[in-house]
Amino acid sequence: MDNTNFGLNSIQQDALKEVGNIGAGNAATSFSKILDREINIEVPSIEIIPLEDVSTITGSEEDHVAGILFKVTGEAPGTILFIFPSTTIKYLVEVVMDKQIEPEEIGEMEESLLKELGNILSGSYLKSIGDMTDLNMTQSVPGFSYDMAGAILSSTMISASSTGENVLLIETEFMDGERKIDGYFFFIPQIESLSIILNSLGFDNDE
Amino acid sequence: MMSDNEIRIKMAEYEIAQPPQVLVTLGLGSCIGLALYDKYTKVSGLIHFMLPESNGKKDIAKYADTGIPNLIEKMVEMGAKRRNIIAKLVGGAKMFSFGDDNSVMNIGQRNAAAAKEILQKEKIKIIAEDTGENFGRTMRFFTDTGEVKVTSYKRDDLLI
Repeated sequence: MDNTNFGLNSIQQDALKEVGNIGAGNAATSFSKILDREINIEVPSIEIIPLEDVSTITGSEEDHVAGILFKVTGEAPGTILFIFPSTTIKYLVEVVMDKQIEPEEIGEMEESLLKELGNILSGSYLKSIGDMTDLNMTQSVPGFSYDMAGAILSSTMISASSTGENVLLIETEFMDGERKIDGYFFFIPQIESLSIILNSLGFDNDE
Repeated sequence: MMSDNEIRIKMAEYEIAQPPQVLVTLGLGSCIGLALYDKYTKVSGLIHFMLPESNGKKDIAKYADTGIPNLIEKMVEMGAKRRNIIAKLVGGAKMFSFGDDNSVMNIGQRNAAAAKEILQKEKIKIIAEDTGENFGRTMRFFTDTGEVKVTSYKRDDLLI
């Protein structure tokens, strides 16, 4: 398989984008219910990034962010990672818990809110992908870290990449009305999972 | 905070410098930042590698097994004496835990173990180490003194 584009042509990339779109749409509905306001999604993007460039995809390496990580097991294994900067954590805590916090004040309450939020969003994301592809996928319990973005991103992507060279990200952004909720949602399928997902959508391997 | 003397080293890169330069690498997670120092000539090298083994891949500084020997060689070319070089090891953390993956070594541990094995083979002594645990680290390597300052969000600065 070609390492630079994972052997994917543009039609296959579009199909994966559509999978991401449906997953994220469902996640946005769950998100809207939790926040009790309408949350929309941007059309997801697919990016294939060399591992040595991943630590700056959300900003500076030293930005303090929360990372919520799920291992995805089942027929199409992979990894799900949420990255929220401290301003978004403050916003989410305000909306959900009706509590004002300082941006750097990430205690147990904030941690469990973010884990639970991640749980629900990735759950509905995977469920709709499962419904669409008829593949069975389960998520692990959430792993949590509030730390430097570079450390979280590099460690996650190095583990998630089966080739050690590139990583394929299906990335989604959420919008609260016109306001972007600053945060990142990455689905990182294992390289072997790509053809499994595409096959289940009716794409031939040799296409 | 960034001074004119600072040289930034990204993932999968290494750099060689001399006083008054400061070699800096940001946000180490499971990666390792390895500082090599000849205290007499003050020829200094810093590598930020990502994985233990290259398995024939070309990106030299990305892997411990190709990057470390290559950096040592380049430092010797710049005037360092192999027998005077000492090493300081930073990073190799495990940022997330799930409680179900204790059986195999994680990438951070494997990276640290690989660096130690290679340095032993190269007969280079590790005189300080700040590795493992579950947090990210930024390191600043001051080539005039050989000191390394490790900054993290979860702990006070550490000078090694």
